[in-house]
Amino acid sequence: MSRILRNPALLIVPLLLFLLIFYLLPVILMLGRSLGAESDLAPYVAVFSSEVAIKVFVYTVKVAVFSTLITLLLAYPLAYFMATTSERLSMVLLAIVLVPFWTSILIRSYAWMVLLGQRGVINGFLVWVGVIDQPIRMLNTPFAVYIGMVHVLLPFMVLPILGSLKGIDGRLVAAAENLGAGPLAVFRHIILPLSLPGVLAGSVLVFVLALGFYITPALVGGPRDMTISMLIAQEVDLLRWDIASALAAVLLVATLLTLLAISRAISLDRVMGKSR
Amino acid sequence: MSTVLSESGRVNGSPVRFEGLGKRYGTFVAVHPTDLQVGAGEFLSFLGPSGSGKTTTLMMLAGFEAPTSGRIMVGERDVTNIAPARRDIGMVFQSYALFPHMTVAQNIAFPLRMRRMASAERDRQVARVLEIVGLGEFAARYPAQLSGGQQQRVALARAIVFQPPVLLMDEPLSALDKYLRSHLQSEIKRIQRELGITVVYVTHDQDEAMTMSDRICVMRDGRIAQIGRPEDLYRAPEDEFVAGFLGESNMFERRAEAAGAGAVRVDLDGGLVIPARRALTADRVRISLRPEHLRFHADAAGSATVRDATYVGDHRRYELVLDDGTQLVAKVQVTDGSGALAAGTRVAIDWPVAEMRLFAEGKALQ
Repeated sequence: MSRILRNPALLIVPLLLFLLIFYLLPVILMLGRSLGAESDLAPYVAVFSSEVAIKVFVYTVKVAVFSTLITLLLAYPLAYFMATTSERLSMVLLAIVLVPFWTSILIRSYAWMVLLGQRGVINGFLVWVGVIDQPIRMLNTPFAVYIGMVHVLLPFMVLPILGSLKGIDGRLVAAAENLGAGPLAVFRHIILPLSLPGVLAGSVLVFVLALGFYITPALVGGPRDMTISMLIAQEVDLLRWDIASALAAVLLVATLLTLLAISRAISLDRVMGKSR
Repeated sequence: MSTVLSESGRVNGSPVRFEGLGKRYGTFVAVHPTDLQVGAGEFLSFLGPSGSGKTTTLMMLAGFEAPTSGRIMVGERDVTNIAPARRDIGMVFQSYALFPHMTVAQNIAFPLRMRRMASAERDRQVARVLEIVGLGEFAARYPAQLSGGQQQRVALARAIVFQPPVLLMDEPLSALDKYLRSHLQSEIKRIQRELGITVVYVTHDQDEAMTMSDRICVMRDGRIAQIGRPEDLYRAPEDEFVAGFLGESNMFERRAEAAGAGAVRVDLDGGLVIPARRALTADRVRISLRPEHLRFHADAAGSATVRDATYVGDHRRYELVLDDGTQLVAKVQVTDGSGALAAGTRVAIDWPVAEMRLFAEGKALQ
């Protein structure tokens, strides 16, 4: 016991072992398999010469970009309101944001199917009210994919933004007002730049998660709304392990490159002016 | 708002006037309705313990707190209901409140940008105030890269760059060490004199208020306890609170009785008659005596004993006990190499009667 206390680094050994055995090892095995049976990179050649695979990649990135943007546009005003309203209302809103978070993603996707279907709740209501004569096709469209994904991703965007907004010293706002800034100028020059780290953190998180989305697009999307995860699953179903591995490796590299590019482009230290 | 700034940076400070200005939070009265006039170009300090209403008063002047009664006039302009952004009043915050994502130059240019000043003129004004506060070479740094004293100067530069007629300072030096504090005190004073700006300063540090102010407004429980020149407050405090708050005072009680009109006989030295400007209504008075006015010398037949002596560099601080148990503190200038009187030495004590202040029921008698 005293040895552990003297060297707290020992405390992370179990976690490291766990990650090594159940995460790193399979990843290495997968990468090995992606090289092909003769290690001639044949699976990669197959992936990059496949029109379907390229299309799925482009579609996946597009969905990830747009769902990140939509999530950001919805989350920032919400987080801003939560940061400025009373503590009580803020807690209630936080719970509303988080409750779906605690529900299984599968159940949430089925719920959207019930809501968006041809004979679903929304269509039924619109027809009953008389806004439309025929049910609109919503399920199995990109629209349904975005709705389902944004719903799942919203908390990942709201929480970091809320955190950075709450971290802004109210006296800075008072100082800006004293120096002649109206509400819009205060937001533009003080609040927005100071909340940027939260915006970036949330966007990166949401984008990376969106790149690997599987269940939601699989359940509420149409046959054309195939994401790279779905393609991987399909290849696994066909027992084409090497192709599936190559696709997974490409997804992994794309994700890592995104993280690297963003951390290079924007040093959070510089944003906060903390560089010494 | 005007964007035409004077070349020298000299502004004509505006007078500030409170007319029945008060602030209540529900049933709690933070500031009782107060009348006060600050002269153009004057340096006025609000001095008081925390909760005395000094910061609330400043926040009402800055526009961050809405008064529940009265008016605030800056020059001829009624600013009571004007948003902080439109008051044209400079302010240095206790925490400096520098924008962490902007460089020093950007921080200082901020009020000019808000006033839509052309960027060439903006740069000139920023350079001008950076010169005044002596931070020319730090223009491109971020606040986090500056020391506390430098941050303080940036905050000051930012508050004066748009040449406001009034500058507010909320305990601006409280986070700095003693040496830096006294250095910046004289610097702020110099800048204020050079610019001719009206300064309203809040502090709980009486030394700071004494050194810097033209007048001090001592606050207590949301009211003005006394307002006047530092010397007048120190020499002639209106009540026991001011006497105790400004500088150190020995306070002790003695029997007293009226001695005809306009005089009081105090039970000291067998009956000391002291002129008074109001009638005595109690049979006891409290006597306040500054430690530097108390004189004593070793005398076996004296009426007091030295309990302790502390060397403080330029003076020696003695604790004396009178035979009736009254404790007194005396400060003696150290002008030569002579040693201290040892504890237990009998001494005779004495003080100039003119330096003695009498209080009855908390209020000054003289």
